Amino acid sequence: MGRYTDNPEAVAGLFRGGEVHRDVYIDDEVYRLEMKHLFRNAWVFVGHDSQTPNKGDYFTTQVADQPVIMVRHSDGEIKVLYNRCPHKGTKIAIDRTGNTGKFFRCPYHAWSFKTDGCLLAIPLKKGYQDTGFDKTEGAKGMTAVGAVKNYRGFVFARLAEEGISFEEFFGESLSSLDNMIDRSPEGRLEVVGPPLRYMHKCNWKMLVENQTDTCHPMVAHESSAGTAVQIWKELGYTEDDPKPPAMEIIAPFMSPYEFFEEMGIRTWPNGHGHTGVTQSIHSKYSQIPGYWEAMVEGHGEEKAAQILGENRHNTVYFPNIMIKGPIQQLRVFIPLAADKTLVESYIYRPVGAPDELVARNAMYNRMINAPTSIVGHDDLEMYERAQEGLHADGNEWVNVQRLYTGEEDYDQEQVENGTTERQMRNQFHAWVKFMTWDMGKEPAREAAE
Amino acid sequence: MSVTRDDLIDFVYDEARMLDEGRFDEWLDLWLPDGHYWMPLDWKQEDPVHVTSLMYEDIFMLKLRVERLNGARTFSQKPKSRCHHVLQRPFVDEMNEEEGCYVTTTSMHYVETRQDEQQLLALTARHELRQVDGRLRIANKRVDLLNCDAAFGNIQLLP
Repeated sequence: MGRYTDNPEAVAGLFRGGEVHRDVYIDDEVYRLEMKHLFRNAWVFVGHDSQTPNKGDYFTTQVADQPVIMVRHSDGEIKVLYNRCPHKGTKIAIDRTGNTGKFFRCPYHAWSFKTDGCLLAIPLKKGYQDTGFDKTEGAKGMTAVGAVKNYRGFVFARLAEEGISFEEFFGESLSSLDNMIDRSPEGRLEVVGPPLRYMHKCNWKMLVENQTDTCHPMVAHESSAGTAVQIWKELGYTEDDPKPPAMEIIAPFMSPYEFFEEMGIRTWPNGHGHTGVTQSIHSKYSQIPGYWEAMVEGHGEEKAAQILGENRHNTVYFPNIMIKGPIQQLRVFIPLAADKTLVESYIYRPVGAPDELVARNAMYNRMINAPTSIVGHDDLEMYERAQEGLHADGNEWVNVQRLYTGEEDYDQEQVENGTTERQMRNQFHAWVKFMTWDMGKEPAREAAE
Repeated sequence: MSVTRDDLIDFVYDEARMLDEGRFDEWLDLWLPDGHYWMPLDWKQEDPVHVTSLMYEDIFMLKLRVERLNGARTFSQKPKSRCHHVLQRPFVDEMNEEEGCYVTTTSMHYVETRQDEQQLLALTARHELRQVDGRLRIANKRVDLLNCDAAFGNIQLLP
């Protein structure tokens, strides 16, 4: 046991309003506690149900450090099971996607399970007769996660059996997911291709914080966005000339501080929030022929105008995803160690919309989120330098104080100046809440049973 | 002037050498104006545009990529990366003398290094070449990484 295990006061002390202690980024014990408490008690993104359209279709992934299988059961519902055989622990499915038919079969000893995890058959089963097998963990089959919610195609899991409900956890923040989905004339998204997979040697929270860090683009991305603007001018074009899609995407990263101040930031309870309340870097994308007409046909003119009138920039769903409504994109920041994070970046097709939208989503994804992206390169450089720099003993605190009033109520929805770091503070407030949710309570619960 | 198999093979070797030696202006000059450098994300990917790719860049983006490398505030290139291509002899897959169109396929090992890190990528490069005004140019280049579906750290130079 270290400093923080079963010590909610010590964990809460890592966040003191405008500052966060470096241990939240670099300490292995804190990382293990995040896996045990935070990622267990929060609702965590698993996948999209279009990744498993047919019965028996499955998708293997991770909920934080936990290997899981998302599978379409015989009743058409999505199940999320831990990806281990109850017998010896062998991962039941190893490929990223597939169809398992009516049951899973372990490749080691051929134990088989229904797609809801129930034990179906064991070869030579008489060997377990009169052994008390029915009272073991193994007899229960593959373990399901505590709770699953399929929200309009987006599948979330809570590992803990009991805890906060999906509706209470997300509350009004679901308006961002709704807006992304409603940008399909049919109100439905479908996953497009595999995700980009980008390995970061840094703590997962640095990536999450960066999603609402509006004071970094014009600095960290000067080399890419600034150079793009400069080449554009050298070619003889002006600000007002129509831009090719690549310039539409990259140039707004060089917008001045005032632009980001005016765009606004909204925070919701439980660590969720978004940039781009009034406008965003996605606001001035050119119209795609036929899209408006399709939206009006699908939603009616008033609702179509309302949906497309929102141009939210990045919405963070605590703890570890970000979505971009205007370009149907989701990034998941999967924590693998205190200093290792896998980022997977998905795009979706708004069903019923012209293909040009998908082309723009794909272009944004490769230009900004790929390991080959000239924008991603500078972000990763900043994170990795921070991961190393935080080991300097001269200062143990990270500052998240911009526009801090000292009297913030994170349980209230709030809209503020777009350069506030309130959303980062909101995340750390929620971090403490879910880290300490059941901390130190395990022995008491066992005693009660 | 007719193009020989040796001309095509030499072209592919020369291109790799330019990248290894950082002669990017010369390299950009090899490209035809409407060419694309494509690095698929998926194994045997067919559509570069409507599915995510690792790269699908026109001349504007390639010029931006190359100019950025030398910028004063290009933080991920302080210090700079270096790269190294080891080529198998290119296969000449198509020689259309009449239209001046040629296709080669080349297996390569690509090494990129920066500070204490070095990564090795195995790849297949497919070059579509054209003879324009007596000179071979790149019409399109497709680079398939053997482990295209793996999680990578930064890949900063050009395989």
